[in-house]
Amino acid sequence: MSKETRKKGTVGILLSYVKEYKMVSILTPIVMLGEVLMETIIPKIMGMIVNEGVKGGNLTRLYTLGAIMVVAALLSLTFGVLAGSLSAKASAGFAKNLREAAYKNIQTYSFSNIDKYSTAGLVTRLTTDITNIQNAYQMILRMCMRSPAMLIFAMVMSFSISPKIASVYLIAVVILGMILAIIVKFAMKYFTEVFKKYDDLNASVQENVSAIRVVKAYVREDYEKSKFHKAAENVYKLFIKAETAVVLNSPVMTLTVYSCILLISWMGAKMIVGGDLQVGDLSTLLAYCMNILMSLMMLSFIFVMITMSVASARRVAEVITEQADIVNPEDPEMEVMDGSITFENVSFKYKKDADDFVLKDINLSIKSGETIGIIGGTGSAKSSLVNLISRLYDVSEGSVKVGGIDVRGYDLKALRDQVSVVLQNNVLFSGSVYDNLRWGKEDATEEECRKAAELACADEFVSKMPEGYNTKIEQGGSNVSGGQKQRLCIARALIKKPKILILDDSTSAVDTATDQKIRTAFREEIPGTTKLIIAQRIASVQDADRIIVMEDGRIDAFDTHENLLKNNEIYSEVYEEQTNGGGDFDD
Amino acid sequence: MAEAKKVQNGPNSPKGSNDSQNGGPKGPNGGPKGPNGGPKGRRNMGPRPKIENPGKIFKRIMSYVGKKYKIHMVIVIICIIISVLANVQGTLFTQKLIDDYIIPLTSQKNPDFKPLLNAILKVAVFYGIGIVTTFLYSYLMIFVNQGTLKNLREEMFSHMESLPIKYFDTHAHGDIMSMYTNDIDTLRQMISQSIPQFINSAITVVSVLISMIMMSLPLTIISLFMVFVTIMISGKLASLSGSYFKQQQEDLGALNGEIEEMIHGQKVVKVFNHEEKNIERFTELNDKLYESANAANRTANIMMPVNAQLGNLSYVICAVVGGVMAISGATGLTVGRLVSFLTFNKSFSMPINQISMQFNSIIMALAGGQRIFELLDEKSEVDNGYVELVCAEADKDGNIVERDEYTGRWAWKHYHKDSDTTTYVWQKGEVVLDGVDFGYNDDKMVLHDIELYAKPGQKIAFVGATGAGKTTITNLINRFYDIQDGKIRYDGININKIKKADLRHSLGIVLQDTHLFTGTVKENIRYGNLYASDEDVVNAAKLANAHGFIKRLPNGYDTLLTGDGANLSQGQRQLLAIARAAIANPPALILDEATSSIDTRTERLVQDGMDKLMSNRTTFVIAHRLSTVKNSDCIMVMDQGRIVERGNHDDLIEQKGYYYRLYTGAAS
Repeated sequence: MSKETRKKGTVGILLSYVKEYKMVSILTPIVMLGEVLMETIIPKIMGMIVNEGVKGGNLTRLYTLGAIMVVAALLSLTFGVLAGSLSAKASAGFAKNLREAAYKNIQTYSFSNIDKYSTAGLVTRLTTDITNIQNAYQMILRMCMRSPAMLIFAMVMSFSISPKIASVYLIAVVILGMILAIIVKFAMKYFTEVFKKYDDLNASVQENVSAIRVVKAYVREDYEKSKFHKAAENVYKLFIKAETAVVLNSPVMTLTVYSCILLISWMGAKMIVGGDLQVGDLSTLLAYCMNILMSLMMLSFIFVMITMSVASARRVAEVITEQADIVNPEDPEMEVMDGSITFENVSFKYKKDADDFVLKDINLSIKSGETIGIIGGTGSAKSSLVNLISRLYDVSEGSVKVGGIDVRGYDLKALRDQVSVVLQNNVLFSGSVYDNLRWGKEDATEEECRKAAELACADEFVSKMPEGYNTKIEQGGSNVSGGQKQRLCIARALIKKPKILILDDSTSAVDTATDQKIRTAFREEIPGTTKLIIAQRIASVQDADRIIVMEDGRIDAFDTHENLLKNNEIYSEVYEEQTNGGGDFDD
Repeated sequence: MAEAKKVQNGPNSPKGSNDSQNGGPKGPNGGPKGPNGGPKGRRNMGPRPKIENPGKIFKRIMSYVGKKYKIHMVIVIICIIISVLANVQGTLFTQKLIDDYIIPLTSQKNPDFKPLLNAILKVAVFYGIGIVTTFLYSYLMIFVNQGTLKNLREEMFSHMESLPIKYFDTHAHGDIMSMYTNDIDTLRQMISQSIPQFINSAITVVSVLISMIMMSLPLTIISLFMVFVTIMISGKLASLSGSYFKQQQEDLGALNGEIEEMIHGQKVVKVFNHEEKNIERFTELNDKLYESANAANRTANIMMPVNAQLGNLSYVICAVVGGVMAISGATGLTVGRLVSFLTFNKSFSMPINQISMQFNSIIMALAGGQRIFELLDEKSEVDNGYVELVCAEADKDGNIVERDEYTGRWAWKHYHKDSDTTTYVWQKGEVVLDGVDFGYNDDKMVLHDIELYAKPGQKIAFVGATGAGKTTITNLINRFYDIQDGKIRYDGININKIKKADLRHSLGIVLQDTHLFTGTVKENIRYGNLYASDEDVVNAAKLANAHGFIKRLPNGYDTLLTGDGANLSQGQRQLLAIARAAIANPPALILDEATSSIDTRTERLVQDGMDKLMSNRTTFVIAHRLSTVKNSDCIMVMDQGRIVERGNHDDLIEQKGYYYRLYTGAAS
């Protein structure tokens, strides 16, 4: 949790986004107060109708009081409708602001910030969690003033009619309040537990759905069933326990209400006989009794709702207050002079408190326009190395320079425009091929798009598509093959006309011949661009000017293909492996 | 959210409250996950699905309730009736209180409070019965509700496990999940709240109506008219708010889609400096959602005060009319009766409002039930096999004898119905595919005329482009799918005759997508053989070269894996999957890209173990890495669902065909 969170508290942070909806947020409870006032007066008027109108046999008085009550009801209606509209606006607006703030902040996240959250986690925070907050906020605006006010007004009115009977209410309120508090406390405890177990149960269903082939291949249906049965049984027992606590609510409430009614009937009767109370007042008092106890019930409900949305609030606050750990420097360098790259004593780890460095003591010097191959086993930190160049992560020690200047000195946008990365796990977005290519350059002409696609050998299949470059790409690029997707991603990166182009295993699904064609195109068409190519296949890097061999976060060798074959054990081993039966059968 | 609903649903409103708004949060937007709340399942967005034959679905849901809880339900209904009647008794007492006790008392010189005390005690007993029965039925309903859901959930899961792979191919996983979460939730809502509430409200309405008619017919007619007006108006508002809520769900869906897509591609967004543009698009959708959310909530919020004040209006009219009647004295309406009537007036409109509020959730539950029953009605995997795989030994004459204990040798136990004899055949691992055609749908074949003969112990490799049908063939051998034409024989037995479980037991498989389960590393490896000892687990891990990294995990073999082994690298997960297959010690093996995510150097280390694993076992290997397939006894080169070339590596190279081109990387 960030410093800000600690200082202001979750609620404080969230509330600061009410902003332009502050006015309506404040007005809602005030208007609500009016509604409550009217509703408290109404039973009083009813009492008067019975006392003065009916009992007194005064028809004029009856009509007058009836009219007053209609006016009160109309006022109450006005206040109610107004409060309803205001609270809707306030809560919808609050949710809008929260969503916007969270989304905007996510846009500032660096790669390491993004790594912290799962995609699904972030989506949930922006949707379900914020909806929860919205509902809770609306409830609070409407009820938090309403219930206590109702309780107090009704109490005051009861006291004004009969202090003696009102004190019965007071005692009932205290007792009921205490019992409700205990129930809520227990129920909350059980429910937190049961919801967690319930989530686990659903997670296991999820797991079974996606791994159904494994289950069936190992004939583990019965095993899974018995696992599920146990978990379901557990959830069942916990639910019973939790709901048993809650189920006491209703009889306790009823008991209190009934006791009050009976007690008041007895006391009321005595007082009426003694001339201390009017007949009509008795029914008014009974009505207030309900108001008071219902408000209390409502309060306990609000409390539960708030408690339950606290978890959502915390999750959203976390996203909003997460500090991007890579930010633009003050007075940034706006221009990248050339495509030269230097690593000086660079060490890097993903988490500050991690024990081991992922990259250690890296020293490198790459000239502008060179083509560099990078090869190494899984986990040898090839990707980590290139990710430092466009400052997707910051070095832990040492310095990475592009065009002779430390990458931390550049304007982020300027740097990333000039250092174009084709990521290993790349995605296309829903939209046409043009739309996707223009991610690289917003105002790219159709001509430019075509040219980039040709370079990346993407034109050959795009032009065969039913609508050519206007063909719609589905979300995640699901309607193009892996190899086609990679080529489109390369084209998208090329459109930027970057000074440095980094391909992180970007042609793994492209067949060998096309891969060759792409590399040839790079050499001939963009000779001035520094090219870094990470690959599994030696064939993809062997014609590079120089090749980096990575092993366990270090540079094992950095030389030409010929020299490496002669001098580097790892490289020659891999080469041997691949040429004597180590090729790929991918398409 | 169950407890939240429960809490506010607590009081069954024994007496008419003057504040019908207490029913507030039950409104359309009620609760944190109200009927329209939470963008949990995409499917729940957009227009409400059409429910076919709602009566049948309702009956079927109730049959699940009745399965184990018939007696419970009978008691519940009786309890509800008693509690409602007890409450009505209490309300009637208010009438007697003023008319029969207080007014006579005021005229007495020496008031005798005894009859009043007796009456109060009598009512206290009624109230006591009311409380006990209310508690009893709420308590019983917990068991009915949770028990029914538990049974249903287990039945869903059991049935789901029995479904053929095809079902999972043709249904989005999110949709399947949504049945366990959203749809079950709607049923919970209906069983635990709507049904008891409905019964309660209905009985209350009837009994209150009878009491009201008995007190004053004219006033009852006025009350009924006002209820009618209320229903009309709130119906109008409800349909208006419904259309706004639909709009809100659509906008929410659009925004969700955008968020999902962009956050998924957030790293690409960064690389392309696309943040500003993203915010622009987001803000537009966000503003749209604000508009519709505002409208939807506003209408929903307005409904409550409107209903409440219409209720108050009804009260005033009855009070004035009743007042006039009482003063004139012509209709025999007394002050006490009027007071009681007014209370009934409130008790009358409240349950009617409640019934209409339950309606929405019942419709949602029927839609949820419909989807759940669709799952339950799916046809299970058919298994007509009767040939079993058993442990066996050869006696001194060389005959195969079945053994109960593990012998290290397996035999097929074949029962012949016509001659009532049982024969045994050694499990050798001979697999023959003869003229096999297959398509996922009958109208589109993906495999054509596959001929294959794997001798026991041979290593057969499949190579070819993605989509050539390599994985499909292996899925046929273990009968994940059934073939349309041709025959597959295992040790001379048509695989259709072999029990599916035994067939699959005889084939170890390591799949392209590694899936691990929540649990420890040890449990995951043991998945292949539930009876394996800890030592076996370690040995299997060593064989798969996984022992090294497992030991470095925080808790070694007891490290908990969650989220499909999210804390492991893809390569490590594959090593675990290999260990899992190894521990099963299956007579035959299928390796589908089992080492694709392991780098070449590590693969060489695993190779040793793999070779041990494959020795003396018929093995089917799918790989795109040449080193993995090169030493196979036979390589099947596949293209577009056909085997286009076959032979060993040297033969194929000599042929200078498709395989040669793939191998040398020459343009094809």
